[in-house]
Amino acid sequence: MRKLIITAMLAAAPALAPALAPALAAEPIVPLKPGANADLLAQHCAACHSADYIRTNAPFLSADGWKAEVTKMRAVFGAPIDDEDAGKIVAYLVGSYGGGK
Amino acid sequence: MKRRSMLLGTAAAAASTAAHAQAPRLHPALADGVRDTAVLDALPGKQPMIKLSYRPPNYESTLEAFRTAITPNDRFFVRYHLSEIPDIAALANWRLRIGGDAAGREIEIDRAALDRLEQVEIAAVCQCSGNRRGLSAPHVPGVQWGVGAMGNAVWRGPRLRDVLALAGVKPGAVEIAYQGPDVGVLDATPVFAKSIPVDRAMDENAIIATQMNGTDLPHYNGYPARIVIPGWTATYWMKHVTRIEIRSTPLASFWMKAAYRLPTGMFPGSPFPTQDNATNRPITDILVNSLVSSHQDGDSVAAAGFTLSGIAWDNGSGIARVELSLDGGASWKPAALGPDGGRFGFRSWSVTASAVAGKVTVLIRATSMAGATQPEKPVFNGAGYHNNAIQSLPLIAA
Repeated sequence: MRKLIITAMLAAAPALAPALAPALAAEPIVPLKPGANADLLAQHCAACHSADYIRTNAPFLSADGWKAEVTKMRAVFGAPIDDEDAGKIVAYLVGSYGGGK
Repeated sequence: MKRRSMLLGTAAAAASTAAHAQAPRLHPALADGVRDTAVLDALPGKQPMIKLSYRPPNYESTLEAFRTAITPNDRFFVRYHLSEIPDIAALANWRLRIGGDAAGREIEIDRAALDRLEQVEIAAVCQCSGNRRGLSAPHVPGVQWGVGAMGNAVWRGPRLRDVLALAGVKPGAVEIAYQGPDVGVLDATPVFAKSIPVDRAMDENAIIATQMNGTDLPHYNGYPARIVIPGWTATYWMKHVTRIEIRSTPLASFWMKAAYRLPTGMFPGSPFPTQDNATNRPITDILVNSLVSSHQDGDSVAAAGFTLSGIAWDNGSGIARVELSLDGGASWKPAALGPDGGRFGFRSWSVTASAVAGKVTVLIRATSMAGATQPEKPVFNGAGYHNNAIQSLPLIAA
């Protein structure tokens, strides 16, 4: 059942890019900065959590910090993200949010 | 199933909600990303609280929640790790399964079975391990909590040991493990499961609470039943608990082996023999701490005389004293303590002082009955746990 739900999320995601899809009817969209591969975040990250997780950590996470977070989402939480998309997601996060200053 | 209906939410409805969102007053040490996204938002059944993430919901209490020693249910913080949370209708069919390889037998009980056991009440602080993580310098990843990921309530329900006795605890039991019905969106996401040493579970103060401050637990605080481990951080206070395992072996979940751990020897805390190792160990006890709830950074006070008030707490030894300093810690003035509502709860306090007109920095320090006191600076750790540094509050005296 949960797999069907994910399929629905992925189908709906592109229309909402680059913001992550809201889960609750009243859940406001937390916007992300536009940028190359922002749509990948809508596909891969929005299924499980809102974008405020990203925004609140964005000002201080370094490139290595973002890599560790994306790796944790794949290795621990089971996010089905391949190496290529993981690289693009990290590149977007570092490029759009500064990579820790 | 629920997810499908969630998707019907429209961007237009969302935008109108966002337009009305109010910015909360935030601690100055929080990262800019929190300042950009945190809003006052009300979950069902709750007053507006500080929203740090919508999904899963992580909402911290506003400072006004701490102006009384008991934190009101509708202002009590909310913390979830995973996004799929059963609604109240689903929880109406709640059952608790108890078993495991060190249990006498496998049983399933309902709410009425809990209610038939002897009921006890205890006031205790439920504090997220990550409370104040957002104040860490340097900042560390995770939910960027300010000071409000905590609360004190009077919890009521049967003792955990009486519930375990229904299934029987065999001599070889070393840990009591448990989980709730909240899960991740992906099947591959591990469920949130935790364990405690069997002797902590058998302690007379460990209960399964069905009530909080005289009413059923609110949905987002664990309805209809949650584990309450007074003195230990909230990671062990499993909400909506649906499964308990009496184990002869340590639980090896991500949430025990990788998360919620601290470098060994860095902080005091009860031992957890089956989970401790030479390098790191689980967070256990809450450290002595205090918070000014009457004023925030930059507030104005009357130079001729002003009263500060707040709360202090620890892991259950109780609060011996709270003190104020206006001279950078060279001298300390004792605060008056409020009524003692129980050694595991918040202790209210107030203190009156006067100052020369201009900027004044107030320090507040609590000391426990065990003799522990707050440090001048937080002890940095990668998870941002255990920030119990003396509060340094800048005010304007006029």
